Amino acid sequence: MIFKASIVVMPLEALLDPQGKAVTGSMKNIGLPEIQNVRIGRHITLTVDAENAEQADAKVNEACSKLLANPIMEYYRFTIEKA
Amino acid sequence: MTQTSTTVETAQKLGILPQEYEAITHILGRTPNFTELCAYSGMWSEHCSYKNSIKWLKTLPKDGPHMLAKAGEENAGLVDIGDGLACCFKIESHNHPSAIEPYQGAATGVGGINRDIFTMGARPIAQLNSLRFGNIETDRTQWIIRGVVKGIGNYGNSFGIPTVGGEVFFDDSFEQNPLVNAMSVGIVKIGKTISATSHGVGNPVYIVGSATGKDGIGGAAFASGDLTEDSKKDLPAVQVGDPFQEKLLLEATLEVIESNAVVGMQDMGAAGIICSTAEMSAKGMHGMKIDLDKVPTRQADMQPYELLLSESQERMLVVVKKGEEKIIENIFEKWDLPCAQIGEVTEGGQLKFYYLGELVADLPAESLVLGGGAPQYEREYTEPAYFAESKKLNSQSISQPKSYKDVAQYLISHPNIASKQWVYNQYDSMVGTVNMNTNRPCDASIVNIKESNKAIALTVDCNSRYVQADPETGTAIAVAEAARNIVCSGGEPSAITNCLNFGNPYNPEAYWQFVGAIKGMTKACKHFQTPVTGGNVSFYNQSKIGDKTIPVFPTPTIGMLGILDQKTWQTGIGFNQAGDYIFLLGKNGTGDIHSSEYLYSFVGIKNSPAPYFNIDEETSLHELLKSLIRNSAIESAHDISDGGLITTLLESSFVKRTGFDITQTIQERKDAFLFGEAQGRVVVSVQKSHLDLFNSIIAQHTVGVLELGKVTNGEINVDGEKWGQVDDFINLYENSIASRLR
Amino acid sequence: MKFGVITFPGSNCDQDMIYVLKHIMQSDVVNLWHKDHDLQGCEFIILPGGFSYGDYLRSGAIARFSPIMQEVIRFAEKGGYVLGICNGFQILTESQLLPGSLLHNHHQQFLCKNVYLRVETTQSLITAGLTKGDVLKIPIAHGEGRYYADEITLKMIEENDQVLFRYCDGSGQVTNEANPNGAINHIAGVCNAQRNVFGMMPHPERCADTNLHNSDGRKLFESILKTVLV
Repeated sequence: MIFKASIVVMPLEALLDPQGKAVTGSMKNIGLPEIQNVRIGRHITLTVDAENAEQADAKVNEACSKLLANPIMEYYRFTIEKA
Repeated sequence: MTQTSTTVETAQKLGILPQEYEAITHILGRTPNFTELCAYSGMWSEHCSYKNSIKWLKTLPKDGPHMLAKAGEENAGLVDIGDGLACCFKIESHNHPSAIEPYQGAATGVGGINRDIFTMGARPIAQLNSLRFGNIETDRTQWIIRGVVKGIGNYGNSFGIPTVGGEVFFDDSFEQNPLVNAMSVGIVKIGKTISATSHGVGNPVYIVGSATGKDGIGGAAFASGDLTEDSKKDLPAVQVGDPFQEKLLLEATLEVIESNAVVGMQDMGAAGIICSTAEMSAKGMHGMKIDLDKVPTRQADMQPYELLLSESQERMLVVVKKGEEKIIENIFEKWDLPCAQIGEVTEGGQLKFYYLGELVADLPAESLVLGGGAPQYEREYTEPAYFAESKKLNSQSISQPKSYKDVAQYLISHPNIASKQWVYNQYDSMVGTVNMNTNRPCDASIVNIKESNKAIALTVDCNSRYVQADPETGTAIAVAEAARNIVCSGGEPSAITNCLNFGNPYNPEAYWQFVGAIKGMTKACKHFQTPVTGGNVSFYNQSKIGDKTIPVFPTPTIGMLGILDQKTWQTGIGFNQAGDYIFLLGKNGTGDIHSSEYLYSFVGIKNSPAPYFNIDEETSLHELLKSLIRNSAIESAHDISDGGLITTLLESSFVKRTGFDITQTIQERKDAFLFGEAQGRVVVSVQKSHLDLFNSIIAQHTVGVLELGKVTNGEINVDGEKWGQVDDFINLYENSIASRLR
Repeated sequence: MKFGVITFPGSNCDQDMIYVLKHIMQSDVVNLWHKDHDLQGCEFIILPGGFSYGDYLRSGAIARFSPIMQEVIRFAEKGGYVLGICNGFQILTESQLLPGSLLHNHHQQFLCKNVYLRVETTQSLITAGLTKGDVLKIPIAHGEGRYYADEITLKMIEENDQVLFRYCDGSGQVTNEANPNGAINHIAGVCNAQRNVFGMMPHPERCADTNLHNSDGRKLFESILKTVLV
């Protein structure tokens, strides 16, 4: 069965996110000083062939923890649905 | 003070020895509270106090005719380069952070060393780095290399200072513990420097740059005893560098110094606020009153000890002249940088830290710092067995290789010798438009000093294999090689900075290597009149291999500064045109193959003495080279180092895709002639029309000279054997590292 | 001719450009600040290389909204001369003053080295003093320099002779091996349809000083000054 996963990888809350900080600072240039606390991560989509949803979940989790996210710097969450 | 009291157990958790805890209690005349003990744990750490190295560091030569600020006096040494300008330079390690997170570890290392330079008022104009990795074939090493190179590149490129030189070396001992040493070089008008000092009662104290988070306080947090699973999540395992912020901080800092409103300034590195407040106050013999709750924070609920110890990047402490606050604030606002007054200078030498009105730490600044109350230890050392063992090697028992061409091809593709362009092409080497090597590669990096006749020469050198073989001689060789590289490029050696990477100082054999290195460096620096302007010590560099923990190859990296009074003295390594004569200058016929890449890697003998080295012959060689260069007698000069004569000849050929036809006319074993790494030798090329001039200069010196042959249009001929075309060797040289990291 | 070189936060080739214009080309040049609204009467605006706003989000994306860019856009729309180099080129495409965009290099690495460029047209201020087919050695230093434009745009800029330079080898051959970043049609520099706005990834200011042993970049500045005089 093919499942589609939608993964969000974000910098850990405790870490400085230089990119988010610079983008936050630029909001006043486009007239939106109300926008604060920008943090920038990655959105990854993929498909996985698995017996069932639990197995798909485990495989995606492994992909995230081994490669897609760097656990020292990032956390991730994902959703899975049948393709 | 109502802060938690402490015991000797708390101290131990913070890495403070029982006798140190006793000393602290004695200094204060009472039991320190937790916040205060954290302050000592940071300041009396190896990193800040140099407690296990300072006794030996003091023996290094620090004085020279051009020294404006000696080692230890400021964040970095300061050398007079003439024309009213001074050069400020320093090298520093970021080894352990790079082992955990190579990208951020290396990036923040670059950030830290640059702050050391511009906090003194000098604008950085060049960066170099010296890197050591494990076996290039392993996944772990490849992960580290990719991360470190990308980290150095992204930070340095964005910060906008060219990376003009460096070295990369591989050995299994660095498998778990890479070495990442970064050097920054700045230029400042004499008299325009700013000191890391604090004085003038009532002068306001500012923190500027990034907000403070819980970075680098893990050790203290674990000792605090109130760490919960939830609060653990708030502890960053790595520090994140922000080169954009650093660039703004650079421009704002230099502008602030120009305004004359600043008393003193120091960047924040290890031990953050406590270190900068203590060192500046101790130097200026004043105290400070600091309100920690006024420090801008990135994370909520930061405790006083966290604020004191945080190592968040891109921050500075600035003491401002009272009444001129607005000038400073306007400049930082112009550059969109946060800037907050957190306290003021007080009489006496006491540091008083308040949090929400409550006194949370009350410490004599002097008691915290190196040169003041920080401990200084003698460590024992013993000669390891391998050293005596290495001297028993009889190289006569080593048979000659079957094919010399095969060995040459092996060496030119060896990762320690092959082109590092996969690495350095990821660094912006040309921003600033001062890199004179881009179109004329030299043994040292030549950096243009705009609007003057001068250029400076920079190099980082250390053959870790030689230092492992013999710490004293190996380190003297590192200094000599640095000087030789500068002389070959047309410069005059001026001063050095060092980065001393060693194993555990409590391991007597590792400490023996450290002591030997200091002795060798002292001898060589005195000899070449290149004082040590400063640097850094990194202990505890070790790898666990199998069930044994072994120190990394000892690596006292030498960063040397040289001066070219005339830019036109710049001399490249490249052969110029076919028909030019090739000579080998220096001691010939030693038959030495000790500690060569050939012996170590190709033959496989890992334990042998350091290569042939004679410091007096080295100086004579340098004098001859200076004379040849200043009289325009030679076309190129390239020293013999890793990979021996054949590597030098090939590298000289690669620049303009020429070749060479050489013959061995001296009696010595042929592998030593081609691949030996005896020190104090340089290959030069001479135009036919300059032969008389060349010979007349040679005649005035006592240096050995051997005519090797001639430059060709691309053929490589050795002793009548045709080895093929230069392009075949270039392909091996250029693709060896890239193909492994693809 | 009065040049204006803009400093954005994170620009790092601004002073190099000013040095070349002032000390090597002996021209009149002022430094413009990103927060200003005044172009100080400059006749030729240069957006230098660097990492404006750290290159965060997308290269050039944030700088495009700085106060001075609103003036630069008006200036360019009225026919004023604007040149963007490297990050400046990225800002100009983000501002839609130049067609196309600049993507991550195909090898995903920052790359700094000398490359060769072939002059593709002399119908522009910066190449008017050169000859079509001339080969120049000029360095690049970028991580996001892969020129890209959709099919229709690409057809348009090729037909309108808007390609200024293509990457080539030392003998002027345009080959895949000589293309350092995977740029479409090997494009290294373009101009707009009105031919008053120019962008290029390579850095001519890095090879204009004879002390650095390569002065090919100087030819572009000479072209600007000579053509304007005519």
